[in-house]
Amino acid sequence: MFKSLKLRGAITLIVCLGCLYFLIPTFFSNIPSPWDKYMFKEKIHLGLDLQGGMHLVLEIDTDKALDAMVERLSNDLKESLMDSKVRFRNLEKMQPAKISMELAGADEEKGLENVLREHYPDLEIESASPREDGKFVTLRINDKRAAELKKLTVEHSLETIRNRVDQFGISEPEIIPEGDDRILVQLPGIKDPERAKNLIGKTALLEFKLVDDENSLDEALRGNIPEGDVIAYGLRADQSTGVRGSSPYLLKDKSLMTGASLETAKVQIADRFGDVTVGLKFNSQGAVDFERITGENIRKRLAIVLDGVVHSAPVIQERISGGQAQITGNFTMEEARDLAIVLRAGALPAPVNILEERTVGPSLGSDSIRQGVMATIIGSLLVILFMIIYYRLSGAVADIALIVNIVLILAVLAAFRATLTLPGIAGMLLTVGVAVDANILIFERIREELRTGKTVRLALDTGYDRAFITIIDTHITGIVAAVVLIFFGTGPIKGFAVTTIIGLLASLFTAIFITRVIFDYVIWNYNIKKLSI
Amino acid sequence: MSMELIKPGVNIDFVGKMKYAMAFSAILIVIGIASVIYHGGFNLGIDFAGGSIIQVKFSKNVSADQIRESLKSTQLANSTIQQFGVNEFLIRTHESFSDQKMLAVNVEQPLTAAFQHDYEIRRVEVVGAKVSADFTRKAIIAVIFSWLAILIYVTWRFEFRYAAGGILALVHDTLIVIGAVALMNMEFTINILAVLVFVIGFSINDTIVTLDRIREIVKRNPKQKLEDIINSAINETLSRTILTSLTVFFTVLALYIFGGAVIRDFAFALLIGTVIGTYSTIYIACTSVLFFEKLQLSRMQRKE
Repeated sequence: MFKSLKLRGAITLIVCLGCLYFLIPTFFSNIPSPWDKYMFKEKIHLGLDLQGGMHLVLEIDTDKALDAMVERLSNDLKESLMDSKVRFRNLEKMQPAKISMELAGADEEKGLENVLREHYPDLEIESASPREDGKFVTLRINDKRAAELKKLTVEHSLETIRNRVDQFGISEPEIIPEGDDRILVQLPGIKDPERAKNLIGKTALLEFKLVDDENSLDEALRGNIPEGDVIAYGLRADQSTGVRGSSPYLLKDKSLMTGASLETAKVQIADRFGDVTVGLKFNSQGAVDFERITGENIRKRLAIVLDGVVHSAPVIQERISGGQAQITGNFTMEEARDLAIVLRAGALPAPVNILEERTVGPSLGSDSIRQGVMATIIGSLLVILFMIIYYRLSGAVADIALIVNIVLILAVLAAFRATLTLPGIAGMLLTVGVAVDANILIFERIREELRTGKTVRLALDTGYDRAFITIIDTHITGIVAAVVLIFFGTGPIKGFAVTTIIGLLASLFTAIFITRVIFDYVIWNYNIKKLSI
Repeated sequence: MSMELIKPGVNIDFVGKMKYAMAFSAILIVIGIASVIYHGGFNLGIDFAGGSIIQVKFSKNVSADQIRESLKSTQLANSTIQQFGVNEFLIRTHESFSDQKMLAVNVEQPLTAAFQHDYEIRRVEVVGAKVSADFTRKAIIAVIFSWLAILIYVTWRFEFRYAAGGILALVHDTLIVIGAVALMNMEFTINILAVLVFVIGFSINDTIVTLDRIREIVKRNPKQKLEDIINSAINETLSRTILTSLTVFFTVLALYIFGGAVIRDFAFALLIGTVIGTYSTIYIACTSVLFFEKLQLSRMQRKE
């Protein structure tokens, strides 16, 4: 490779100093100024299994978003068809995400097609079959638009979850999309996992709906729900006993306003009883709408519905201007704070399901670090001792390379902000075992050559040369196996694969290059007749 | 005088013992398969089967029965409770608690009722059916891919008859490690999968060194009988094979003893893998080169 020993020595020195530079912040936390300015800032990043924290895989139920869109379209379509004098009946939304209707005459299909072409480019006729007195038609959203909507839904969800986590105040969260409809959330050092899950997973769809007091609630509960109405339940806490029960409401299904019109939301403490409420402030358009809605519905009840649950349904006493409202409902301070956060961050466009959760407490994480470091130190010491006993001074040279190897792995992890996990520590320790293999190969070769009576210098040359290609082969197969794991593994296993790959690459440098520099230095400067091997 | 584990000039007839080795391996594999059948299939961890694991540490002496008793009226009544260290337990169930309130209702409330606050929930893992199905698919692909990738590399670097022997050894190692996991009734987790892939990398490593030597001797004495070449190659590299296996074995042993409960199964599978990987290099991979060679020869003769 390089013939000049000075050059090779310099490379070795630079690499070692470089490693130390990247590792200073990991091992020394307080660097006095003005030196801290010149220093590398990042510590080795620990995986959630070592520092504690929560790992979530969420699935965005994009079908629900599609369904909701079809629901809206079907309501609008009814009006458009009536405006265009197309005669139809039984127009309704079917599962999944389709609209069905009956057209009264054969000519009406033309009319429907015209309406769709002009106003509903997203809808297409899926099937049309003749009936005795007309046609039965089903509509669906065209594939391109559906795919687009799903993509937007995931993007919007990602944005919303990011906002919520930011406002919750977690340092270094990681929120990244995975596959088509999944989101990976990693929250290091979280103290209350249940609360965090609630905060992230809550849809937080805020709606204002009118209570239908003209029809009978009892009748509806028996199953005769008037058209355009829904039954929703409200949590009602009994003031005297504090027991929470649920009470039904009959609501007009059409939501008059949603949380999208909010400008902000904050926790308020109502003065007299110390009850906690969440105060809402609408944006300018929202304030105008709210004033109009309250003006049009005086003496009716307006239900505030959050994720399908009625929080309160006060009677509108007068037109409300100024764009303010509040949600009451026996919140604890924490619940109110979290609700304000989710309302500020906005509703999720579709429900999310938690597919996978892994939470590690901080105490288990620190135990794992302690045990992992312990195993690494003891394992490395065993190997170091073994090499010295078996190969004497040459073994000591291999040990120096081994220690540089460990330092190199850590430095590369720090420099590239890779994550160290518990399997990663195991991978590092395994690398220690495998890395000395290169030296064992070389040393065994040298011993063979010495046995044939070669001089020390010649035996070294031949030993290194002959072992070189084998070492390359063994390292490449090891790396190939680890790369497979990177593609298919999850977090901690990826950590295992990453440290193994770094370790194998580093060992090519340490076990071949560095040991050779040391041997050459000794042999070129001292007249060695017999090698301690 | 240097220390030598294997004296130079040693000449063990490995090829001659091929039949015994094959029989021994077959027995190991059969034991593995039998224990899989005996246990009614694999003991799949939640990564592959879905479900929940809750790790709880108590600050006083508690028995698994006391915990089971406290969970009797919850959805965790049928869960498995396993001691996992000093006053530390794993509660496992096949249900995946994705609902946010489930953990509080089924674990925290009953445990607090029975043990006050003398406990700490140290780890919760919940894997739903969709994710576990994904993991299973990926795991199978990962193992097969690593076989294929190594087959391609070794074929490119050597010849197919060498590569075939190496791959045979890898399949052999994978089966035996899986068998050992089943025999110990250990859970088959993502970590065990990582062990399988590592063992594949480690075992081929040894094999390559010996194959390299076979090729070198073939170049030196092309007239020599293949049996003898293989034997001397194994013998010449024997001390290196054993030394390297020893160093890896030491480190894995340290991991097994000191690495903590979380990683103990992982380390155990590695221990088995290290030993089997070394054995298969010596007895399976290189000797089967001879087998494939004979296969090729007989085919050529038939063609003539």
